[in-house]
Amino acid sequence: MENPYVPFLMRIENVILETEDRKIKTFVLAFVSEEDRKRFAYVPGQFAEVSVFGKGEAPFGMASTPTIPDHLEFSVSTIGVVTGALHNLKKGDIVGVRGPLGNGYPLDAFKEKNLLLIGGGFGFSTLRSLTNYILHDQNRQAFKNLTIIYGARKPGLLLYKADLAAWGKRHDLNLHLTVDQEADGWKGHVGLVPNITRAVAPSPKNTFAVVCGPPVMMKFTLPVLKDLGFNDEDILFSLEMRMKCGIGKCGRCNVGSKYVCSDGPVFSQSELSKLTGEAHF
Amino acid sequence: MSKGDTKLLKKERLEGFIESLLNDHVVFGPVKKNDLRLLDRIESVNDISLDRGNTMNSAKNALFPQTERLFAYCHGEKVVEIDAPSAEGRGLVLFGVRPCDARGLLLLDKVFGGSLKDPYYCDKREKTVVIGVACDKPDPKCFCLAMGGGPCSAEGSDLLLLDLGDQYLVKAGSPKGKTLLKNKAFQKIDKEALARADLVEKEAEKSMNQAVLAQAAIGEGLEKHLETLFDDPIWDDITESCLGCGICTYLCPTCHCFDILDETGQSTGERIRIWDSCQFPLFTHQASGVNPRPSSKERFRQRIMHKLCYLPQNGNLSGCVGCGRCVTECPVNLDIREVIQKISAREAK
Repeated sequence: MENPYVPFLMRIENVILETEDRKIKTFVLAFVSEEDRKRFAYVPGQFAEVSVFGKGEAPFGMASTPTIPDHLEFSVSTIGVVTGALHNLKKGDIVGVRGPLGNGYPLDAFKEKNLLLIGGGFGFSTLRSLTNYILHDQNRQAFKNLTIIYGARKPGLLLYKADLAAWGKRHDLNLHLTVDQEADGWKGHVGLVPNITRAVAPSPKNTFAVVCGPPVMMKFTLPVLKDLGFNDEDILFSLEMRMKCGIGKCGRCNVGSKYVCSDGPVFSQSELSKLTGEAHF
Repeated sequence: MSKGDTKLLKKERLEGFIESLLNDHVVFGPVKKNDLRLLDRIESVNDISLDRGNTMNSAKNALFPQTERLFAYCHGEKVVEIDAPSAEGRGLVLFGVRPCDARGLLLLDKVFGGSLKDPYYCDKREKTVVIGVACDKPDPKCFCLAMGGGPCSAEGSDLLLLDLGDQYLVKAGSPKGKTLLKNKAFQKIDKEALARADLVEKEAEKSMNQAVLAQAAIGEGLEKHLETLFDDPIWDDITESCLGCGICTYLCPTCHCFDILDETGQSTGERIRIWDSCQFPLFTHQASGVNPRPSSKERFRQRIMHKLCYLPQNGNLSGCVGCGRCVTECPVNLDIREVIQKISAREAK
């Protein structure tokens, strides 16, 4: 019987400091065993449990894209025991990984559709994965127009600056970056993500809206999308709940009759509206 | 019931039967420890105490222990080695399990089984024989009948023993049980014993506290009704006295929430899982500081909703089997039977 609780080993290849407050780092991990690399087939939106041996494990969405199969990337905000321990690790150190876990974004349903990706703060990691997947030469023509709205409190808190710069030069996507307040040298939007969405969102026709960010951002973005005419089936959220086992056993992430870890973390608004109480924004 | 599914066991042969199981199985049975009756591992048939009523802990403890090692590891500077456990070779026998607890195992089977199996539970479970003992004299706190079970139900037991005085009627509740009935210890059933068993079963059901049963009876469509009550102020009333101690979840034969953590020395460590409880504030407290269930109201509501609404919605059994442990052990007498009654009586708004 395969044991879903036992992690495989990965080696830290690089650590990238993402934000000016030094709280978020992206860990670039390489597979120690070729067998594990082959087995780890994932789609954007899925997550994994990352272990620091001696400290424990915590779930993170893959920030990397499966189109680059040699590495996994996880962006980690230092906030608890495991994340704090991760931040102290350096190149060459070994961590454990269990996964891929969860459903991920429905890539087949996205084909031939316009996509509006809306992210806030730290929740942007799986949307970065999705964007880089779509922009890959072999995938780009399968999807139609791509619009990205990504906000942070300050310019220095935006993640993936190299990616953002590269995306900004491309003509096959509309990139809207926003910060909460005016800042020196800032050329993007100023305002909260829901307001920017209202101003720049494309037509809901033939379009999926994919939202991932802090709960308060998702809560206020939902009515905007509904006003704009998006159907509940075409609005997708990636939910956050405290998770542990990642395979729908330990009960922690239960919301209504679903488990965020194994039924989600990606749910359509139409699914969420049918669930009981706690799943409602 | 076909005759092949039912046999008789003379009481003086029970000891020998259990001794034969002890030869090649790890056997759990009800034992007396200090002032408690517990389902615990036995070394000898003399350890067993088959008194009226149930053990303080339930059968889940044997298959889903309170702490369980998932794997051990050595972590050096640049190397980590993981030592995952191999399954225990010997099978388990759970003897003296009451029908409510046996039924609880069926719920756990669905949780830990399914398309992605939990190997720790499933490896043990596959090699487990559940030998239940029917409640011919049910305890006053019990309400299994109201929850769809019964004091003499063989559901969830491989074999169920029913006390007929000088002998037991033995029913097979599963194919595994049918095979076991071929053991020479068992004798053919006769009409007289069947008639006597019928009488004992009816008496057992009749002797159950009828007022308690009426109180807890799950009306048709309780799960649908609960959905409409999620935001109802009734939860404030119901949960006002709750201390959040979690004893209800620890003793419950179907509660199965757990945490996973590391216990370590300098270069070696173990990853273990331990029982957790939805009644504890940290259960859903996210590292960011957000807690979707900030007070005992949301937490107790989750316990009731998960058991009586979400599990049935997912095609599982109801999460309450009516064993009554949470009723007798709650320090503030928060009684699930009264909760069910209040919920059932509440009109949806």
